[in-house]
Amino acid sequence: MTINTEMDVRVAKITPVAEKVKRFRFERMDGKLFPVFSGGAHVVVAMRDGDILRRNPYSLMSSPHDQSAYEISVLRVEHSRGGSAFLHEKLKLGDMVTISQPINLFPYDVRGRKHIFLAGGIGITPFMAMMDQMSREGSNFELHYAVRDRKHGAYWQELTDRYGAHRVKIYVDAEKLFIPVDALLANQPLGTHLYVCGPSGMIDGVLGKATALGWPKQNLHSERFLAPPPGNVFKAKLKRSNKTITVGTHQSILEAVEAAGIDAPYLCRGGACGQCETSVLGCRGEIEHHDIFLEPDDRNSGNKIMICVSRLKGDEITLDL
Amino acid sequence: MLVQGIKSRPVYTGLAIDQHARRHLFALECEGVEALQTQVKSVGPAFLKTSDILCVGPLPKVEAEYMWSAPTIAVLLNRLRVNLTNAKMGTRLYLSGTEGFIGQTMKVALEQNIDFNSIRTEHRGSTARRVQCVHCKGITDDVKTSPYTCTHCGLSLLVRDHYSRRLAAFQGVCIDAEEPGTAPPPVEMFP
Amino acid sequence: MNIVFKNETFRDKFTFRNSPENIKRFPFPFHEDKYMYAVNMEPHVPAGPKGFAYEHMIDVDEHYVSEMQDRALVLKEDPLRCQALPHMMAGQWDTLELLMEQQAAGYPEHFSLTKNGDQWHWINRPLGIDQKFTFGDASTLPYEPMEYITRQAQGDFCIVDQRDGNLWMDAGMVTTQADWSLDFDIGMNFMEWHGPVPLAHQLGVFDRALKFLLNLQQGKPVRRLNWTMTINPRLDTSPENYPKWGTDRMTVTPENVGDKVHLRCELQSLWRLPRSNAILFVIRCYLLKMEELVTVPKWARRFHRVLRDLPPELVDYKGLTRFRPTTVEWLSKFDDGKPTSPGIFPE
Repeated sequence: MTINTEMDVRVAKITPVAEKVKRFRFERMDGKLFPVFSGGAHVVVAMRDGDILRRNPYSLMSSPHDQSAYEISVLRVEHSRGGSAFLHEKLKLGDMVTISQPINLFPYDVRGRKHIFLAGGIGITPFMAMMDQMSREGSNFELHYAVRDRKHGAYWQELTDRYGAHRVKIYVDAEKLFIPVDALLANQPLGTHLYVCGPSGMIDGVLGKATALGWPKQNLHSERFLAPPPGNVFKAKLKRSNKTITVGTHQSILEAVEAAGIDAPYLCRGGACGQCETSVLGCRGEIEHHDIFLEPDDRNSGNKIMICVSRLKGDEITLDL
Repeated sequence: MLVQGIKSRPVYTGLAIDQHARRHLFALECEGVEALQTQVKSVGPAFLKTSDILCVGPLPKVEAEYMWSAPTIAVLLNRLRVNLTNAKMGTRLYLSGTEGFIGQTMKVALEQNIDFNSIRTEHRGSTARRVQCVHCKGITDDVKTSPYTCTHCGLSLLVRDHYSRRLAAFQGVCIDAEEPGTAPPPVEMFP
Repeated sequence: MNIVFKNETFRDKFTFRNSPENIKRFPFPFHEDKYMYAVNMEPHVPAGPKGFAYEHMIDVDEHYVSEMQDRALVLKEDPLRCQALPHMMAGQWDTLELLMEQQAAGYPEHFSLTKNGDQWHWINRPLGIDQKFTFGDASTLPYEPMEYITRQAQGDFCIVDQRDGNLWMDAGMVTTQADWSLDFDIGMNFMEWHGPVPLAHQLGVFDRALKFLLNLQQGKPVRRLNWTMTINPRLDTSPENYPKWGTDRMTVTPENVGDKVHLRCELQSLWRLPRSNAILFVIRCYLLKMEELVTVPKWARRFHRVLRDLPPELVDYKGLTRFRPTTVEWLSKFDDGKPTSPGIFPE
């Protein structure tokens, strides 16, 4: 039984914050207060774009204790699958969308003596909520924020003004200022935690360096904004629902399943949390695993697939759905 | 209540040297030095150049950057606390000796903000246990039998496998609570 | 709905009794005529006949005042029954908010909560409490938030932190436990604190339960039932006090089973907390005397069969060994062999 806890919200404000970045403010249509959330949480926004129902996850960047509204900031992605294009170009003030309860798959470790945030581009969003919460709690944090250039970087001035230049360091690619990761990681006291959010390449680079410098994985945290990659069109036979559906080029299996009116579990929609893991009962082709959740054994066995991001290179896959 | 053989006792997976660590800190008790020596044989002595070794008992026969011998566990724990206060991220901690020694050193490490999953441990030497009496909260070291008599309140206690990292002790529960006076004689269980 | 609160004891003279209406609302933990461990979690939503223990998400019943008095006595004797590790303050405030909101919503004639920004006003009529405080500022309350509110809520409470793909019991108020020690277990992770439970590990029950709980979401609490048995209606059956209550197990005779032997059921609910992202684990304890249980024919038949056929590892772990044969014999008089309907509700 799936209990519906989604909230209908209206777009109360749209603010351009930087080149290609807009902030959206949502208020509840029923006038009730939003639930409090913890910094790092995201919501899944369901938006109707013609006859397509899009569901995309966005980090909450508003103050976690502010129950009057939720705010997200969205980057207009170059080759958008439709989500960021819709939000930037079609969504208007007063329009209605539906959002999920907050889900936190990127929490900070409350025991940490010190927290170091490394943000790249739009990866700044989860840290904004975390810093707001931490500054109220009196925790020790510092932010290192890499932006392409000052026009495209969102919030760098506000964050420096709010938290002070001793805690917020800005690095501008165009000015050849880059985060000195090695120096940063070299002399931190025991009990320091590191969090990184930004492009995949940046995350891999930072985590790789930290590991090479002897940081244990328990002190390293990251969130990737993984969009489901495209691939060939294929059929998915859903055994339990007794249906066969078509998965389009720019559509994930999860999206195709939902479009067919079937309820499948999900949480992050980005291949990280494990909630959408589905058993593979058969396939004609090769599974393309795009997630970061499955163990190598499970990947190689061909018995499991994360339907929010992974695909089939072939004709048809049979799933236990 | 009186079930034995339960699944929450700690597991010591071995002192495997972390090649990425920038500094290695060892706390070893007596036979624990053999665990270090085994690692040197296995991966070579290079890591010793960035190692600090604290010992209770004779020092290992190796050439490390720094080695120090403590007369008792209590003295070593104080020194470990100091080392950890000055340590930076990238330091890996290795503990080897009896369970009581590992438990006490780990307790200091946890208080100094090292995540316990990153600590490497190897059991060497006696299997005698540190046990906390759940009734009076008194801890008794070097318990070799079950049941044993609590050295604080005098109750006869069954030694369970249930272990608390925070207290660095196994749990002792009154063995004859339901029929006082019927406690069986102690049997050596942890030589 | 006005509850008439009883004045009774859970120690010394043991004057505890269930009123006839309270018997019918007991969360009977057996849906079939046998018992084995299962993950058995379901959405925590209102269910069952009107007045059943599942009607309100935080349940307050006729034993409320007396249970809170017993809790105060336990804490005076042993303050280690209530502990919170230093990093759990956000979880403590989350817990205070949840329990105040739920009790005020479920029982407006007994509890009121008014909020003016962070200036809160809490009224607890049954305990005669009228408290104004600043939400988020522990110095405006006479105790830390978790202790403050759990001294006013039935059942035990554990705040479980989620980190590193695991759950950690990092705070709790535990005075009505069936035999485990908060002081010993605080700081342990999910597998460690469940270590002593026999059989369940091999069945994979805990692996599945952990995976499920790691994905527990805000707004979707879950519940499950757990059970054991207690001799005399004693709430404090802690390991700490085992030498005090252990001898009770020897006092059961064929004549006194009805009054002395109790089915002890724990309605456990799990809630994802907003600010801390931790999980609140509520262990709400209900006691039912055998003579009260058998007034419901379906339960009399079923419990006889469950107890008679219980696997020996469970008999041992739940501490039933000494009095089980006498109890089974006594219950057999109420089992005519007729079939029982599936599910837990009385017919």
